[in-house]
Amino acid sequence: MIEQKVVNPEFLFFTAEKKKLFMTGSEAVREAIRKANVDVAISYPITPQSESMHLVGDLFAEGYVKEYFRGENEFAVMSSVAGAAMAGVRVFTATGGPGTLRAFEVFPTWAGARLPIVCAFMTRGVNSPLTIQPDTIEMAYLLETGILMLHAETAQDLHDMILKAFIVAEKTDVHVPVGVFADGFFVTHTKEALEIPEPDIKLPSYDPNNSPVPPMDMESVPVRQMRDPFVMKSNFISYAAHASWQQEVDAARERSRKYLEKYLGGLLETENEDADVLLVTSGTAVCQSREAMAAARAQGLSVGLVKLKCIRPFPAQEIKALAAKAKAIIVPEFNRVGWLAKEIKSVIDEPGKVIGAPRVYGGMTMPPELILDEIRRVSR
Amino acid sequence: MNKPIFQISPGFEEIMPPEYRELVANGPYGKGFGVSDLGSYKELIEEHPLCAGCGLALSIRLALASLPNPGDTVIVGSTGCSSLVFPQVALHNIHSLFGNQNAVASGLKRALKLRFPDKVKDVVVIAGDGATADIGLDMVMQSWFRRENITTIMLDNEAYANTGGQESGMSRQGAVLNMAPTGKKFPKATLPEVAQAAGCAYVAATSPAHPRMLEKAVRKAVLIAREVGPTYIQLFSPCPTNYKFKPQETIPLIKQREKEGIFRNQEYISDEAQRFLDSLEEARKK
Repeated sequence: MIEQKVVNPEFLFFTAEKKKLFMTGSEAVREAIRKANVDVAISYPITPQSESMHLVGDLFAEGYVKEYFRGENEFAVMSSVAGAAMAGVRVFTATGGPGTLRAFEVFPTWAGARLPIVCAFMTRGVNSPLTIQPDTIEMAYLLETGILMLHAETAQDLHDMILKAFIVAEKTDVHVPVGVFADGFFVTHTKEALEIPEPDIKLPSYDPNNSPVPPMDMESVPVRQMRDPFVMKSNFISYAAHASWQQEVDAARERSRKYLEKYLGGLLETENEDADVLLVTSGTAVCQSREAMAAARAQGLSVGLVKLKCIRPFPAQEIKALAAKAKAIIVPEFNRVGWLAKEIKSVIDEPGKVIGAPRVYGGMTMPPELILDEIRRVSR
Repeated sequence: MNKPIFQISPGFEEIMPPEYRELVANGPYGKGFGVSDLGSYKELIEEHPLCAGCGLALSIRLALASLPNPGDTVIVGSTGCSSLVFPQVALHNIHSLFGNQNAVASGLKRALKLRFPDKVKDVVVIAGDGATADIGLDMVMQSWFRRENITTIMLDNEAYANTGGQESGMSRQGAVLNMAPTGKKFPKATLPEVAQAAGCAYVAATSPAHPRMLEKAVRKAVLIAREVGPTYIQLFSPCPTNYKFKPQETIPLIKQREKEGIFRNQEYISDEAQRFLDSLEEARKK
């Protein structure tokens, strides 16, 4: 293995000296994993994710990752990372779009088994007709699987969020999986300037003794888990056991807020939050919105921006408070269904203020002019 | 038990469940017991909810009693009748989903190797015929292709028994079952041959009608999986409930099938696996 100095996470995130590097989002994944002290990484190709896991494979060859292999499909890969996590090690994988849907049955079991898996989702449209282009529709499906969901705007976000995701996921009172989402191609395949710590430091290793559920390693008591399997029972105990477990997963997700606030500096960020019109969005729709905001403000319009960094847990109270002051909320999205607009409508007092537009999908870009059109329409 | 971690803290003996106290005092961990010791110690399997005469129950009981290293064995199961038993088995066991057992086991085994480089941790998959030969076949075979160091045991009751007796790939041609209302149209899948072709170092087909043979197969399979490569055992475990025979006829039915030549006990061992077993035997003699 490569020699790296173990540092505490706060030092790595906030204090360590940073170097400026020009790289793609996929390379940013590599640089995050290089410092993440990952034990097992399992890969499977899908555009636009493949390159990120190629690069993680290179890290394995160099000795930064202890075990790595290519699985046979995403359902199997997500099952294999679950098996590795149950054995008590830190695991990483990545997928996107159709791969996410292929694996879908596994995601709720990650949360249900309290596995602190970190998975990067390089979002992409889903068939049919065939598409490989960016689209965030898979996030709509993942909202209620019990996983935490962070949404990167940039490669810098992607790098930082992956590293922070491990530390939040592995807190004893959280210990649920984290999905770090980045818009395929827009983030993965474009280069930007990043500021990242030197590669000679890494996170502390995962300690399975901090897990709220014992690892499956025969190092703790293997007493039979129950007198009758719940699935055999159609009675109150069965329902209560299942319901209380689901509530505990929800509660674990809620308990992550304090850590996410500390490490991400809040679940959302605002610019000009007292403006009449707020653009509220996540991912690369944020940069497009920022452009639109600048153009609108240059024309004398009162426009602000809310960047959501965390979708689960959802910053409901923060959005509700911001929405109360605004005359209109514009939610630009890279998907057809408008899942984010629905989420926002469901938590604010006056959902009629929400304009679920513009929406582009199937891989289309979102020119700031489309957002500007919506701003002009509501500012009339 | 052989590990301090399994011992009961002084003063807590009385509040522990009786079956747990029995396991601590008289369990099989680290004792090297086999099927001939059944009845003389507290077994890993506690009372289970399977039907009277269930072939699976017999196979599971014998397979668990044959494990060479129960103190460091983790079981990966799958959905089906057998998944109703494992929550009551005193080994760490995983039920993830239907069909993904060999994928889970692959990740588990590799991670255990990382965490315990100086210790043997056996990973044994025990799942039904639907889980192994139908819904999970790709992951079963891929784990063999990848030469994962795991043992796969199929409990073959020739049907999806837990969901009410539907046709599976392991049902015999002509069998009339749910979802095969006019009889199964194609032959029983030949998994032992598939396993051999897919890279298993050891393959056996047997049944609870031959406890000694079953024991030997499980021991060889687990030992070979540690050092040589993947291993596969298929245990014919007839289902009285769905095939509608009397509970006491399970073992006679297996023997009748053997007599008719419909079911045959099989064993394949690769040259490398045989050399490995020979080396173990040499070391034992010394």
